[in-house]
Amino acid sequence: MSNLLILPIIIPLLTAVFLIFFKKYILVQRWISVISVTATLVTSIILVEKVKNDGIQTLDVGSWPAPFGITLVSDMLSALLVTATSLIALCCIIYSFRSIGEGRERNYYYPVVQFLIVGVNGAFTTGDIFNMFVFFEVMLMSSYVLLVIGGTKIQLRETIKYILVNITSSALFVISVAYLYSVVGTLNMAHISERIAEVNQPAILTVLAVLFLIVFGLKGAIFPLFFWLPGSYYAPPAAIMALFGALLTKVGVYSILRTYTLFFYHDTGFTHELLMILSLLTIVLGSIAAVAYKDMKKIVIYNIIIAIGVITYGIGAMNTDALTGSVFYLIHDMVIKAVLFLLVGLIISITGANSYDKFSGLIKHYPLLGWLFFISVLALAGIPPLSGFIGKILIVNGAFSNGDLVGGLIILISSLFVLYSLMRVFINGFWGDPEGSKKKESIRMGTYLFPVIILVGTAVAYGVFSEYVHMYVSQAVEVIENPEMYIEAVLQK
Amino acid sequence: MEVLMSILIGLLFACAVYLMLSKSLLRIIIGTGLLSHGAHLMLLTMAGLKRGTVPLLGENALFYTDPVPQALILTAIVISFGVTAFFLVLAYRAYQELGTDNVEDMKGTE
Repeated sequence: MSNLLILPIIIPLLTAVFLIFFKKYILVQRWISVISVTATLVTSIILVEKVKNDGIQTLDVGSWPAPFGITLVSDMLSALLVTATSLIALCCIIYSFRSIGEGRERNYYYPVVQFLIVGVNGAFTTGDIFNMFVFFEVMLMSSYVLLVIGGTKIQLRETIKYILVNITSSALFVISVAYLYSVVGTLNMAHISERIAEVNQPAILTVLAVLFLIVFGLKGAIFPLFFWLPGSYYAPPAAIMALFGALLTKVGVYSILRTYTLFFYHDTGFTHELLMILSLLTIVLGSIAAVAYKDMKKIVIYNIIIAIGVITYGIGAMNTDALTGSVFYLIHDMVIKAVLFLLVGLIISITGANSYDKFSGLIKHYPLLGWLFFISVLALAGIPPLSGFIGKILIVNGAFSNGDLVGGLIILISSLFVLYSLMRVFINGFWGDPEGSKKKESIRMGTYLFPVIILVGTAVAYGVFSEYVHMYVSQAVEVIENPEMYIEAVLQK
Repeated sequence: MEVLMSILIGLLFACAVYLMLSKSLLRIIIGTGLLSHGAHLMLLTMAGLKRGTVPLLGENALFYTDPVPQALILTAIVISFGVTAFFLVLAYRAYQELGTDNVEDMKGTE
């Protein structure tokens, strides 16, 4: 069935529209959301298998041939990311049943989450640069609503900043598309790539590459464009924070990956060097800030920034090892950041304190929570059997084989900072006398921990069976390294 | 013609940046409006301002203007309209709740 790759976009879209009509019926909202996201997850897994067996899937919407209509393209990379998105969305929705509060549930929380999934899945799947802009806006518009829903003072204030930054970056995106259209005269990504290859990337296209880096860097929070992220991600409740931390910045990273490997790969001397330097600065800055704070939410937020730097460094390094590592690390990081935000949200709702020195001895009453936190911190830092290891080792390997000793060392040392920043939370918060953390009977741990267990299980399995995952990732990297495969699949030569 | 338009767009961007760097929230929103005007005019200009009739087949002309950027602009206009409406209501709510429209005062952690 050739329409398979549109299902991860169309299922949440129809669900969102349907749910708008049942505003007051919370149970309907919950169950329909869970069923639809599960369906999205199942179709995306089928899509991954289909891409694995039959190669890149394309769909010309409306049967217009490739450069003239909008083409949806699902290669292994986007299929894997769509699967990760659906899994994380499922877990965040289950987590929000207890945590999000009835006021928000009655006011279109679930439909907006579905629209967010539409935007993210669409941005991963599209093969048209302007269509990507539209899916970005779908995603951003839902994120504005999710950020402000509830209407507390801090949310209102931070949404103003977030929306202003994103309006600016959207205008820059339109301008970049205008420039690109005036140079190459097409909007289809495969066709753009083909035409850039014909003119062999003159200076104007290098300027455009930097402009696109600024646009996607603003979405993906790389140095020096990350300044909006710590404040805005601090404001919303845990479930929404987990969705944001796992999905939104990663769409920016995916777009950098796409444009830098599909469009601007001819003259890598300046652009990819710039990307690598900015990534290393991102890592250093994120590491400093992650160690500086005692506030758990801030620590996890700055860990997002470190991970973004690691992934974009792998993109800039542009060899097989580094790119494979980046794809591995991208998927790992989506899962593990969702886990950490959900766990931190849970700890805050138990103790009522944001900073880890206000409580201790949580492990006495909440052993499962403690061990889940411990495992996810180890996975984040990249301890061998767990998920973060294989990606980081490949990126470091790629850096060393490029002869970039400094880059590789910075990435290795940043792992220590990551481990230290979160292990402090574990040691101070979970060990010691159980003061300030009386057992609360009112919190039913089952519904909270169930989605976290799924995600931690995924992260562990992702690390243990990385041999198996590698088959999929290497297929994704093969397409990234050979843009001709992408172009042939889309333009059907 | 393109040069003239480029100068005009540059002026719009300059005004937008100036307004967006000011303290009052309403000035910032006016700045975002000017910014999106500039971006839309830019889409129109960069596709070329050649002479030709409107893109309607009923005109039966030899040359038509490029219809693609016009469709892109129409899309971008409704998107920025939606975002601006949301932003204005957000500013109104923020004024009610926080009691200020000065972004300098929007600090703190609570």
